[in-house]
Amino acid sequence: MNTTWSRFNITSITMGFAFLYLPIVLLVVFSFNESKLVTVWGGFSTKWYVSLFQNQALMDAAWVTIRVGLISATVATVLGTLAALALTRYTRFRGRVLFSGMVFAPLVMPEVITGLSLLLLFVAVGLDRGFFTLTLAHISFTMCFVAVVVQSRLVTFDRSLEEAAMDLGASPVATFFQVTLPVILPAIVSGWMLAFTLSLDDLVTSSFTSGPGATTLPMKIYSQVRLGVTPEINAACTILIAIVATGVIIASVVNKRREVQRLRDEQAALRG
Amino acid sequence: MAGATLSATTANGAATAQPATQLANSFVSKLVIIVPYAFLVIFFLVPFFIVFKISLSQTVIAMPPYTPAFNFGGGLSGIIDQLKQLNFDNYIFLTEDPLYINAYFTSVIVAGISTLLTLLVGYPIAYGMSRAPATLRPTLLMLVILPFWTSFLIRVYAWIGILKPEGLLNQLLLSTGIISEPLIILNTYTAIFIGIVYSYLPFMILPLYSALEKMDYSLVEAAQDLGCPPITAFWKITFPMSLPGVLAGCLLVFIPAVGEFVIPDLLGGSQTLMIGRTLWNEFNNNRDWPVSSAVAVLLLLVLIVPIVIFQHAQARAQEQGR
Amino acid sequence: MKSLGSIRRDFAPWNDPNAKPYIQFENVTKRFGDFVAVNNLSLTIYEREFFALLGASGCGKSTLLRMLAGFEQPTSGRILLDGENLAGTPPYRRPVNMMFQSYALFPHMTVEKNIAFGLKQEGMPRADVEKRVAEMLKLVKLEPFAKRKPHQLSGGQRQRVALARSVAKRPKVLLLDEPLGALDKKLREETQFELMDLQQELGLTFVVVTHDQEEAMTMADRIAIMDKGEVMQVATPAEVYEAPASRFVANFVGNVNMFEGKVAERTEKNATITGATGAQILVENAGDASAGANVAFAIRPEKIRISSAKPDGLANALEGEVYDIAYLGDMTVYHVKLSDGQIVRAQSMNAARISDDPLTWNDRAWVSFRPDAGVVLTR
Repeated sequence: MNTTWSRFNITSITMGFAFLYLPIVLLVVFSFNESKLVTVWGGFSTKWYVSLFQNQALMDAAWVTIRVGLISATVATVLGTLAALALTRYTRFRGRVLFSGMVFAPLVMPEVITGLSLLLLFVAVGLDRGFFTLTLAHISFTMCFVAVVVQSRLVTFDRSLEEAAMDLGASPVATFFQVTLPVILPAIVSGWMLAFTLSLDDLVTSSFTSGPGATTLPMKIYSQVRLGVTPEINAACTILIAIVATGVIIASVVNKRREVQRLRDEQAALRG
Repeated sequence: MAGATLSATTANGAATAQPATQLANSFVSKLVIIVPYAFLVIFFLVPFFIVFKISLSQTVIAMPPYTPAFNFGGGLSGIIDQLKQLNFDNYIFLTEDPLYINAYFTSVIVAGISTLLTLLVGYPIAYGMSRAPATLRPTLLMLVILPFWTSFLIRVYAWIGILKPEGLLNQLLLSTGIISEPLIILNTYTAIFIGIVYSYLPFMILPLYSALEKMDYSLVEAAQDLGCPPITAFWKITFPMSLPGVLAGCLLVFIPAVGEFVIPDLLGGSQTLMIGRTLWNEFNNNRDWPVSSAVAVLLLLVLIVPIVIFQHAQARAQEQGR
Repeated sequence: MKSLGSIRRDFAPWNDPNAKPYIQFENVTKRFGDFVAVNNLSLTIYEREFFALLGASGCGKSTLLRMLAGFEQPTSGRILLDGENLAGTPPYRRPVNMMFQSYALFPHMTVEKNIAFGLKQEGMPRADVEKRVAEMLKLVKLEPFAKRKPHQLSGGQRQRVALARSVAKRPKVLLLDEPLGALDKKLREETQFELMDLQQELGLTFVVVTHDQEEAMTMADRIAIMDKGEVMQVATPAEVYEAPASRFVANFVGNVNMFEGKVAERTEKNATITGATGAQILVENAGDASAGANVAFAIRPEKIRISSAKPDGLANALEGEVYDIAYLGDMTVYHVKLSDGQIVRAQSMNAARISDDPLTWNDRAWVSFRPDAGVVLTR
């Protein structure tokens, strides 16, 4: 089939990726701008990075963000994995429809609603807003993403592995820890990474549910952006992008290697 | 075998039929359901009821700034008493003030247009990816997902520098002589469209790609073999087969876009009107919690139909995955 | 192995009224909602028997196996193993092990860890585990692959790991669910014999589920043919083939010609069957078919002779026209269309390289058979 279509394909992919990446590239480039004007190139400089690290408020916010991310992602992974197990393993229990609704709805729920409703909950029970409420809020909206990731793995899970384990004398609990968990572990890890990233990224829900002393990096960046665009924010963004991109790229390279190794092994096995 | 597939659904039933040894097992299995269930009820369902409750109460200047709508201390008669006091003033207020009605309509229209634009931009990319060499596809897929892992806020922020009057786009266009006056894009609806298309593009591409990639390409070849020119083959075969992906992608873009806050706030400026921002302002600037709760309830009502469609699509995909 | 072979010939506990049953299904029924997977089924299996459950998919054979393993509970009826009721014993406490159709090898464990899994669950001391694993690896000839993971093995090797893992615990009964289903034809034939040797060597009771009749015929001491949750016949492979109990069994195993008719005459031993168009078939050993009954006469294609002239001395000869010929090398299959439209399948071995009586399409031909070459089926 015809070069015209493949040319069309290549063009659309190229333009699509240019659209996706150009703004980010420009943002990174202008973080090294000497000039204070973000959009006029005034020569190369790293001075904004220096001033960034001297900005104590920003550093504090970064620390809060990381702590909230680590704690909430870990708790959300446990809860999300349980939810995924409940959804895939128990096809009939009272209130299952409501349960699956509560797992899937947050994926598309406007953040302003999530944030507002959680805030009103915290106020209603008299919980002071701060680090704790922030973490709880992050757990509640990220666990659903973990549940979806783990669930999609569990759906394709070969149940006969568990039956084999039980057949060989492993109790249900032993079966879960010795067979089920190790097999779905990669999905759980990617669920954790997704939860962590979503937590790092969140602005709206955090703004509603956080209180004094628990300002996250996105909240800090947002309040500065409202005052105007500065190269310092570009620098902060660049660092965040670098961290996430490195993580994702390493993860996918490791995955790819493992995949390639696996394919090679399988071919070797077929040959003899 | 029929027996083998059916057994998955009855495994639990079989376990509960067992005495002693499996009692512990069934307790554990209950815990698997109860723990996340309870968490979701407390942190997802209950908050909604609170929002609903507060939307029916009156604004007062206090902390929290609303009169309690329910107080279960008064027993049954107390509750009936309170039910009489419930008022829909906040909702009446919303329908009377054109600001809110406009905001709802504008949000739905802006989200709808943005969704269509995202589909138009995303479809060729997803199609191109699905036809790319199989060895290249994982990399392309990763490149689509990668921006999703970087902060939403940062990606929106990046566009400010591009779109503002003295920004990079205008610099480029002015220096090449295409325009003589800087274009005003920032703080208009155009900027919101660009922002939504940009931010939600991966959500559109991924379901489209997975639908197109699954498709058996020999179907198109069969159509062409039977005398169908490529363009017709696309419309008659490829596109209808990708419809589940189109639906999923559109819902994934449309639903969050209606209630979007960051994009209209940073790119749309104060002239544009969208409901997510109205809610935020009502809450943070006017401190009117009952009215913002009412706004949230109505926003949810607007979204309930697309959310239910999305749920059904999800459930069906899950059934097919089995 | 040769001496075992002779033991095998005498192995027929099912004919011994004093033999102690080992596995007993007593009026077992299993329902999934409205679907009846197993219907009031009773079955006895003896110790050291190689028993096959044969049937099309959905006939309930896998459900039966899974009930024995403990993954399903009977809706009613009971299952006894060595005299002990298995109800209430969870799968992980039953002295039976199963080899899964998908093999169900743990993908995150090496071959030796897979084999050791069941032994470790028992709390067997480490040294003993290692010894047993080494034994098992030797048994299935996989010593060099001990440290490999399942995905690094070929299909045949995986099958042998699954086998080693399921026999490592020395179960009282080994259950095999389509054990050779995933292998290609050549490997399947080799492995059939390996499985039989292994069963002899370990002296275990094997219950195998299969949809492949050749596999069941080759390996099993007895075969239970199942349909719609019920057992149609339990018998040795030869009995199942030569003396099927019903039209279903006759059709299910191998090829068969079926003549429907009425018993016209009945003597002590013999019967004459009249077909719809009046053709008469004389049968020896007509069983319990009484005069006037609607019956079927079933005869295997290789027991039918085909010739261009009417043969002398054979009681049954029917005339027709050669309708189709398939030359298969070792034999030739003829389809002969009789005057009433019925098509008879006849097979003749190509013993000589060149036939002196070549038949071809549309030739007139006679199919003939002896009165004792087929069976009369009332069911």
